[in-house]
Amino acid sequence: MKKLINQTDDILDEMLEGMVAAHPNEIKRLAETNVIVRSNAPIKGKVGLVSGGGSGHEPAHAGYVGHKLLDAAVCGEVFTSPTPDQVYEAIKAVDGGVGVLLIVKNYSGDVMNFDMAADMAKDEGIKVEQVIIRDDVAIANPEDRRGVAGTIFVHKIAGAAAESGKSLKDIAELAQKTADNVFSMGVSLSPSIVPASGKPGFELKEDEMEIGTGIHGEQGIERKTLKPADEIAEELVQNLLKHMDIKNSRIALMINGQGSTPLMELYIMNRKVSELLNEKQAEIKKTFVGEYMTSIEMAGCSVSILKLDDELEYFLH
Amino acid sequence: MNLTTETAKQWLLAAGRDMQENKGYLSELDQAIGDGDHGHNMARGFAEVEKKIASKTYDDVGGVVKDASMTIISKVGGAAGPLYGTAFLKASGVWKGKAEVSDEEFAEGLKAAIDGIAQRGKSEQGQKTMLDVWIPVLQEAEKGNIEAEQLAQTAKEAMEKTEGIEAKKGRAAYLGERSIGHLDPGAYSSYLLFEALVEAIEAGGEANG
Repeated sequence: MKKLINQTDDILDEMLEGMVAAHPNEIKRLAETNVIVRSNAPIKGKVGLVSGGGSGHEPAHAGYVGHKLLDAAVCGEVFTSPTPDQVYEAIKAVDGGVGVLLIVKNYSGDVMNFDMAADMAKDEGIKVEQVIIRDDVAIANPEDRRGVAGTIFVHKIAGAAAESGKSLKDIAELAQKTADNVFSMGVSLSPSIVPASGKPGFELKEDEMEIGTGIHGEQGIERKTLKPADEIAEELVQNLLKHMDIKNSRIALMINGQGSTPLMELYIMNRKVSELLNEKQAEIKKTFVGEYMTSIEMAGCSVSILKLDDELEYFLH
Repeated sequence: MNLTTETAKQWLLAAGRDMQENKGYLSELDQAIGDGDHGHNMARGFAEVEKKIASKTYDDVGGVVKDASMTIISKVGGAAGPLYGTAFLKASGVWKGKAEVSDEEFAEGLKAAIDGIAQRGKSEQGQKTMLDVWIPVLQEAEKGNIEAEQLAQTAKEAMEKTEGIEAKKGRAAYLGERSIGHLDPGAYSSYLLFEALVEAIEAGGEANG
């Protein structure tokens, strides 16, 4: 394992210190917690948005704390859900009196820990709604789908809506609508190494790739010989379009790097993906190419497509 | 079985040692069908439990188990944190105010813990989870005249059986049939927990004798 770290046990703490040092005017860390909040939290009269999960997916989620985005991100240990007491502290810190929306990726740990925290907050009289993100179509059963890079669309849209003064109920519905209309799938070329274990999460031969890998290295749907980018792009798009009809629709597109894939390759992927989507007469209103939801140093990318309507398009801009 | 407050404390401390000793193996099991952090999370969580309870005096079994539950909930994370935390929390409710827990009360505590796990994890027996160990252990305990060795043996056999089960819950469920042939990490850590009970009863016997 070759990483720029000090002690394994200090990774989370030191990463958060570094983040706050980089953006002291925008964010702060709640004392005695691994929660990053907007420096002006709580904002009176504005719905608070809280997301989070295991660390190792940076910039998700602490990097999305800010204006027209999240109010707080709860950071767990690497690839480990944060605990309910931490989520509860985040909820309390960002409640501006009109309630808090929790944006949760669909992993059993995250769902249970956020749910426990929601119960604790409701006991204290705080209004809490939750939206569970399930955008990874590598999983057949929609209920079991993992939350991956599509989550970022929810942060952006719900964040903009919250800033505009919408109610908790409206924002929860909008977040749910975003979640219902975003679909993602990834391809991995090499694994990530969780620092605490020091070993790769899975093994791929030099000439192999895996289609449908999860953001923690969970097995995907197929392992096969690495192909040129255009063919991989075609396979991902084909898989995604089994789940959505984008003909004559407006869409937003995200080509997300998993951690160690250079932008150069992401743009090469985007070239083919956008060409294929244009062929389907989809109108790409906005494209995001970069690292939005990483998996430590995993190599590869994911493609997310969000089908837009007027409201989603308005708040995404 | 003689489960006094002191024995309960020794049980949790022994469980911590077992999690520490087996953390590499637990994480390996988890790496095969999950995300590979179970051993580290359990070891870290139980190390915090030790910090919390080791030097504190307790009047009842419920008190020490409740402290363990709150520590686990706030320190373990992942899926194991809320599941073990809820299990201990529910059991502590049954054992509250009892300096010593009878066999019948022990079984009631296990029952409450299992209900808590099932509710929190929306799971049931046969889905390749920790419940596949806890439920057979409860069935053994409900026979009465509890012997810790027998509970541990039941837990071991039940844990071994999870190898043949297809996972329906948690990250392992993503693998579907491919999860067959692997032990469930949560079942293994649950086995360690009941194995630790044997150590605690033996140690307690010496302390009392």
